[in-house]
Amino acid sequence: MPEVTFDQLLADDGRVEPRDEMPDAYRRTLIRQIAQHAHSEIIGMQPEGNWISRAPSLRRKAILMAKVQDEAGHGLYLYAAAETLGVDRADLLDQLHTGRQKYSSIFNYPTLSWADVGAIGWLVDGAAIVNQVPLCRCSYGPYARAMVRVCKEESFHQRQGFEILHTLAHGSPAQHAMAQDAVDRYWWPSLMMFGPPDDDSPNSARSMAWGIKRFSNDELRQRFVDMTVPQAEVLGLTLPDPELRWDEERGHYAFGTVDFSELQEVIAGNGPCNRDRMAHRVGAHEDGAWVRDAATAYALKQAARTEGAA
Amino acid sequence: MSLVPYVLALADDALVSAQRTAWWISRAPELEEDLALANIGLDQLGQARSLLSYAGAVEGAGRTEDDLAYLRDDRDFRNVWLVERPQTDFGVTMARLLVFSSWQCELYAALASCGDPTVSAIAAKAVKEVAYHRDHARLWTLRLGDGTEESHQRMQAALDAEWPYVEELFEPVDGALVDPASLRTAVLDRVQSVVQDATLAVPTTAPVVGGGRRGLHTEHLGHLLADMQHLHRSHPGVTW
Repeated sequence: MPEVTFDQLLADDGRVEPRDEMPDAYRRTLIRQIAQHAHSEIIGMQPEGNWISRAPSLRRKAILMAKVQDEAGHGLYLYAAAETLGVDRADLLDQLHTGRQKYSSIFNYPTLSWADVGAIGWLVDGAAIVNQVPLCRCSYGPYARAMVRVCKEESFHQRQGFEILHTLAHGSPAQHAMAQDAVDRYWWPSLMMFGPPDDDSPNSARSMAWGIKRFSNDELRQRFVDMTVPQAEVLGLTLPDPELRWDEERGHYAFGTVDFSELQEVIAGNGPCNRDRMAHRVGAHEDGAWVRDAATAYALKQAARTEGAA
Repeated sequence: MSLVPYVLALADDALVSAQRTAWWISRAPELEEDLALANIGLDQLGQARSLLSYAGAVEGAGRTEDDLAYLRDDRDFRNVWLVERPQTDFGVTMARLLVFSSWQCELYAALASCGDPTVSAIAAKAVKEVAYHRDHARLWTLRLGDGTEESHQRMQAALDAEWPYVEELFEPVDGALVDPASLRTAVLDRVQSVVQDATLAVPTTAPVVGGGRRGLHTEHLGHLLADMQHLHRSHPGVTW
């Protein structure tokens, strides 16, 4: 069978697999994107983990523990997908810990109330789904396949977030206020999750040409707004944007201008929680070094014993 | 003799242990361990929920699992001291899990054939879960005990620190369906054999004068409950 070239594969909407030839820049772009995605999953454990000990019912506590556990699982598949490109997890973690690779800015916002757990599920996981569903058709096979499973779980997470907010919004006045406050704080940062506007997104065109990205940032942002506004109505909560209205002519919701200068500040490390998130992650990694070293030493001893016995 | 104090004691052991174990989620030495400890915590929480619901039903005063978890004060909790103290060192966590899961394994295995059909059903399900916890703790005790010099020392220190809280597991409990003392030999044999395989010494530290089964706790439990209960108590009577 004749070897199919990278360009031909992309033209045919085929999948690139780990052993296929691929341009270095394609490989590097994927490593950066998949690693950033994996880092986002594990940093994302922190804001929700913040409420595990205080979850207001045992049922909610169990659901939240399972959800944060899923995020660790997503991190694992994504690091494994990145490893198919010839890097290893320890190096990627090192790049996260030294600030050379980023994670999603949304996790630099604090979870100040229980309702924030609901808002993260509904809005943040909702935005993540809009971003990630097209990645199930990404040109790189292992990433695309990891995304299929991740998206299924995210969809469950989004529904549980919606359900938390629905319960709060239809509960006591204090619970309703808690839900509204969470949505007020998480709405704009969620819109920022789609990245800078299209005319200021330098790498988008190339990622589109490579079949890594299928829709532009602004298209995905619009899709998210269109999907979310009717859900907010069902919840009985308002979205904090006075310009939000149905635009009959375009067949989409019109919305106000996202403050991308805030996004730039958060990316630059000046968000409300950047320092705390990194200190927590690096602290856990450093505190665990003796445990990882012990596991390695034990495995070597065991291997030597097996060899000695053979 | 009412079954309630006994079922509550076992429920509280599982609940308080779950609360401590869950602390590790996002703090474990590696990602696989975040997953494993979340799993273990979830199993313990599940056991606690079944037992609390049953205690509430037997009591017959209409108390739900949440009423029992969130609206009792520390003097009404019946868990052992082993599970309630902070555990922010991985070696301590594994030493404690080795003891606790070895005890739960013997306990649930015995309860699976006890005379109360509900407790028996809960125990039959739980025994499979805690057998996995015990194996997880066993493997880590081996790795840490027989890993590096540092890990050996830290694991020995962890065992020494947990050992004074082991005996309380075997003290009498009102309404017990299985005599706690009857589990002692099997539990200690199991733990000691793992400790020796891990090249560690079985501690000789003396037991503390506990009192968890009578509602006398360490100073740590009040803080754990304050954290766990405050949101629920701040909004009385609502649905979450």
